[in-house]
Amino acid sequence: MKGRPNNLSPEVEARPAVLEIEGLTHYFDSLRAVHDFSITIKEGELVGLIGPNGAGKTTVFNLITGVYRPTAGSIRYEGAQLVGLPSHEIIQMGIARTFQNIRLFANLTVLDNVLIAHHPHSGYGLTDAIFRSRRFREREKAMIERGQEFLEIFGLADRQNDIAGSLPYGLQRRLEIARALATQPRLLLLDEPAAGMNPQEIDQLMELIQFIRDRFHLTIFLVEHRMRLVMNICEWITVMDFGEIIARGKPEEVRGDPRVIEAYLGRQAIR
Amino acid sequence: MRQLLRNINLTFILGAVLVFIVVQALISVGVLNAYWQGIIFWGAAITMVSLGLNLIYGFNGQFSLGQFGFYAIGAYASADITFRWVRSDPSALVVVIFGSLLTLVFMLGISAFLRRFYGVSTLTKFLFHFLATVLGFFLAVRFVNPAIGQAVYRALNGLPSGISQQIVFFLALVGGATLAGIVSYLFGIPVLELGSDYFGIATLGFTIIVKILLDNTDTLLPFPEMKGARGMVGIPKWTTWPWVFFSFMAILLVMRNLLHSSTGRAILSVREDERAAELVGIDTASSKILAFVIGSVFAGLAGGIRAHDLAFLHPTMFGFLPSFNPLIIIVFGGLGSMTGTIVTGFFWIFLLEGALRSLPAGFENWRFVIYPLVLLAMMLLRPQGMLGRYEIAFLRRPLPPLRVAKEAPPSPAVAPKAEEVAA
Repeated sequence: MKGRPNNLSPEVEARPAVLEIEGLTHYFDSLRAVHDFSITIKEGELVGLIGPNGAGKTTVFNLITGVYRPTAGSIRYEGAQLVGLPSHEIIQMGIARTFQNIRLFANLTVLDNVLIAHHPHSGYGLTDAIFRSRRFREREKAMIERGQEFLEIFGLADRQNDIAGSLPYGLQRRLEIARALATQPRLLLLDEPAAGMNPQEIDQLMELIQFIRDRFHLTIFLVEHRMRLVMNICEWITVMDFGEIIARGKPEEVRGDPRVIEAYLGRQAIR
Repeated sequence: MRQLLRNINLTFILGAVLVFIVVQALISVGVLNAYWQGIIFWGAAITMVSLGLNLIYGFNGQFSLGQFGFYAIGAYASADITFRWVRSDPSALVVVIFGSLLTLVFMLGISAFLRRFYGVSTLTKFLFHFLATVLGFFLAVRFVNPAIGQAVYRALNGLPSGISQQIVFFLALVGGATLAGIVSYLFGIPVLELGSDYFGIATLGFTIIVKILLDNTDTLLPFPEMKGARGMVGIPKWTTWPWVFFSFMAILLVMRNLLHSSTGRAILSVREDERAAELVGIDTASSKILAFVIGSVFAGLAGGIRAHDLAFLHPTMFGFLPSFNPLIIIVFGGLGSMTGTIVTGFFWIFLLEGALRSLPAGFENWRFVIYPLVLLAMMLLRPQGMLGRYEIAFLRRPLPPLRVAKEAPPSPAVAPKAEEVAA
């Protein structure tokens, strides 16, 4: 199977593929950001993508979610081609993502942030809203209840009416994950979820990731810098440097790979 | 009574009815003479235009200078309808109403058709919609009007004259507003793709184009009755307090109900962070077009109200300088505050007129120094606008009650602020 380590359990290999990327290449003008990137992620897996700064990890996420259109290559989600689709349609197909630097709707309430992500599932239209039809009242009520349930799951219920920008950093991260899950995804892309967190917060984050994975039956693909997180929760890892894949395998294999150490610490470190 | 007043909807309706009755009574007994009526109607019209702009800029975050262009389109279109009607010519009415209807039907068809393809470029999309508009109005001019124009005229004139006049006025307002909406849709498809600043420049260009076309309605455009730069005279003076009041209320309710819905939250999310909105599944392009078209429709309706109050239209009314009035009003009142826009809209007209009357003779033009000074002071002292994002209870977005008790209550400084900013 292309784009996977070859020593994974047959049970996992038998599952259907969720995300299949082949030969993904992207140039910013003449700068090659991603070159011939391939990966296949199976249902229910938790896969990590690591690499030094500027390796092209976030670009891969941006290509998957349609922020950029790749120069070449194919991205398939549950068999459907994503290249060329606008971002919002890709999200509505069941992919959600968070951002490296938190991008909440900072002036809106915590609940609003979650409800906005529910919008494609609101179930009523413009005329219902303007004329306050019965459908509007019922669906809006149901929507708010769903949003509140979400906030309860993430321990944000008591902050429901606070302004999102006023939350402490850790809760903003949490809210961003809650908002991403409110789009009802099956594949979740986490872009450096542990950025700016201390070791204790990272432990909480790992628990949260494990929890949402089981609770929402998610496949998770995450980009991360912090080895503590990646090594502990990812089932296997792909390592990028200068836009290319330099290694892949289980965490303990990757950790000892001389190419990875070189990419992270420089050639000196291996001698 | 106390209990009843706690129901904010009821309180608001009672308040609105009270305002309506009081003003109507004052007009009936002659306390509010024609001059003061003019001021109030003008204030209401400019407020409606500003509410539309606040939807586009304050709530959706798209900086637009094109609002007066749509105001002008609404004003001239509805004025032309009634102008011709009172001269026994139903053509404008029939063409605008049926042309708009045909165009809307064609556009719906084309949108549904284009949705089946991925990656349709904006220019293609624009071209198709533009062709739909041309076709719709061509059919209306060429076939619908000759076929049913006279029949419509006879049917409406068969009614008692008071009623037929009200119906024609209603259709003229609707026609003007719809036309403004169609033009804004066409304009919005290619231009809203631009970033916010570029969009502002493009809309400024739009206002200028409209102004130039209005200067040449009798030469460049086939509307001799609009008399180009000499100004259009002879528009029936049909605007009355009930028309002003109910148009105003319609706009306010539509805007409030829109903003307090899921679509409204989507509109707000685009203002907050367009990229993030797109990446939680919001179709930001449609969301922006929706806000832009609705805001323009408000402006078109206000134009019709204003035209039939003044009974005179001149291109300079829609020129470069006055086109900044709505922007000043919404920034002054607070971006993203309907209450602020309403208060400032009327205040601004009173200020404009008040300065004209109260400054000593010969110094009237100093008011154009005073306004900018007021603005400067405002921006320095209170940059978030007079009311910030405050809303009266009826216009405030409801905060659903908490389902759990607050664990650790936040500091008191935070709690009231949360309500205040929840616009």
